[in-house]
Amino acid sequence: MSKLIEQEYNVISKMIERGATVLDLGCGPGDLLALLKEQKGVKGQGIEIDQQAIYDCVGKGLSVFHGDIDTGLPEFSDRAFDYVILSQSMQQVKKPDIVLTEALRVGKKVIVSFPNFAHLSARLQLGMFGRVPVNPSLPFEWYNTPNTHFLSFHDFSAYCRKRGIKIEKQVFLNDRGRIRFLPNLLGMVGIFLISK
Amino acid sequence: MEYFNFEELKLESGEKLSPVVLAYETYGRLNADKSNAILILHALSGDAHAAGPGGWWEKMIGAGKAFDTGKYFIICSNVLGGCRGSTGPSSINPKSGKHYGLDFPIITITDMVNAQKKLIDHLGIEKLLSAAGGSMGGMQVLEWLVGHPERLLSAIPIATAGRHSPQQIAFDEVGRQAIMADGNWNEGNYYEGPAPERGLAVARMVGHITYMSDRSMEDKFGRKFRDKKQLLRKFTAEFEVEGYLQYRGDSFVKRFDANSYLYITKAMDYFDAFHGKSVSEAFRGVKAKVMVLAFKSDWLYPAHQSQEIVKACKLSGIKTAYCEIDSKYGHDSFLVETEEETHLIRNFLKNVKAD
Repeated sequence: MSKLIEQEYNVISKMIERGATVLDLGCGPGDLLALLKEQKGVKGQGIEIDQQAIYDCVGKGLSVFHGDIDTGLPEFSDRAFDYVILSQSMQQVKKPDIVLTEALRVGKKVIVSFPNFAHLSARLQLGMFGRVPVNPSLPFEWYNTPNTHFLSFHDFSAYCRKRGIKIEKQVFLNDRGRIRFLPNLLGMVGIFLISK
Repeated sequence: MEYFNFEELKLESGEKLSPVVLAYETYGRLNADKSNAILILHALSGDAHAAGPGGWWEKMIGAGKAFDTGKYFIICSNVLGGCRGSTGPSSINPKSGKHYGLDFPIITITDMVNAQKKLIDHLGIEKLLSAAGGSMGGMQVLEWLVGHPERLLSAIPIATAGRHSPQQIAFDEVGRQAIMADGNWNEGNYYEGPAPERGLAVARMVGHITYMSDRSMEDKFGRKFRDKKQLLRKFTAEFEVEGYLQYRGDSFVKRFDANSYLYITKAMDYFDAFHGKSVSEAFRGVKAKVMVLAFKSDWLYPAHQSQEIVKACKLSGIKTAYCEIDSKYGHDSFLVETEEETHLIRNFLKNVKAD
């Protein structure tokens, strides 16, 4: 696990109370869910589209559903979970607006993390060198990236204002730790605790 | 093969069946505290011989396999109403001294499971580690879950449905009509004379079409001819696919009883795992962990039916894993796609006793 991801998981873990119910959208191989189960004793379940990742989740003894979060979450009632998590998955879905709306419906609170496309290194690579940015939070090349939406922290804050979403907490990280100064320039990953 | 005899089974219809025999096989060893037993449940045409040479799930059950006989004690019994050693319409009716035929009472999936429960009681097993099966086997898994929730720690329904759709009932009805339209069927009284083999073979042919996918048939047969020199011979089996279906039909009649086919398909059609309750109420009180498996190319038991089971589980707070395995073999995938199933089942069983 990369340093950045490890830090991110620790931040998310701190946001969640012991024994909470958690739905992890795009849970991948289930590392975060397993960590939350161990550290916080959460009642967790995940949704994941990749079959191999499902095998890993089952191997970790997790409740996991093989499916596409882009098609909504009709099987869950309103406020069914204390927390819905979108860890590095919001920017990969086809329709983030719909996914976020659904997440805010079934979760009392939602935790979203995503890479900052306006980080200094990204701005330099694009602005100075005319190249698509590659850095620790955007580690992919243009031809193999799973990311389909590129946004900055400012973009996300503006979106929340527009949709009447309350940002309760926000934490910014780069590969060396927490960023408090000029986060939209120096932060690589943002973690937002939001509610409606 | 072993046989478990018991005096009487009270059926869902209110009738009583007596006496009853269940044919069963076991593999591996029951441990000292009897906590490693897994019940395997077979599909429409299966039997108790699940593992070992010629076993219908041979690739899944055995030393080092998904259902590892080095770790687990595996039980598989032939269903009630079957014709492979358990009491069914081809058994002798003690009242008449003749084969039951249509005097055999209507049976349900619930009755099959209640009979199995007597076998599990007889083996002294308080709690099954798991119950697993595909297709009609999956229906029995679901019935175990709702009917005897205190008797199992986990359940693995595969390529199945909580209840048959009209399309599934329709295919079953075509099979039943083919049997009953055969002159030899004779209202089910054929045990002294020729059996309705043509009808049963046609029923099986229809079945086999529904077990495969468009793509697996294309890959297997294409439009190939069996013999290019022997064409235009008026409705003989010229295409490979025709020859295959006829072969499957003809070999089936040697091992299966037509009346059993009628009774068992009807039991599947009647089945409703939710017992008329809403999806959110159906699985209340179930504590077992569940893993539901479906296959992408299975159009007979499509994934949305598995997802309905998952939904019911989730709404009752059951720990549930669901995987829709990418496979091209249609409904047959649960028998064929054993590598993928093995990954999932091995991992799942490993964690049944955790937390």
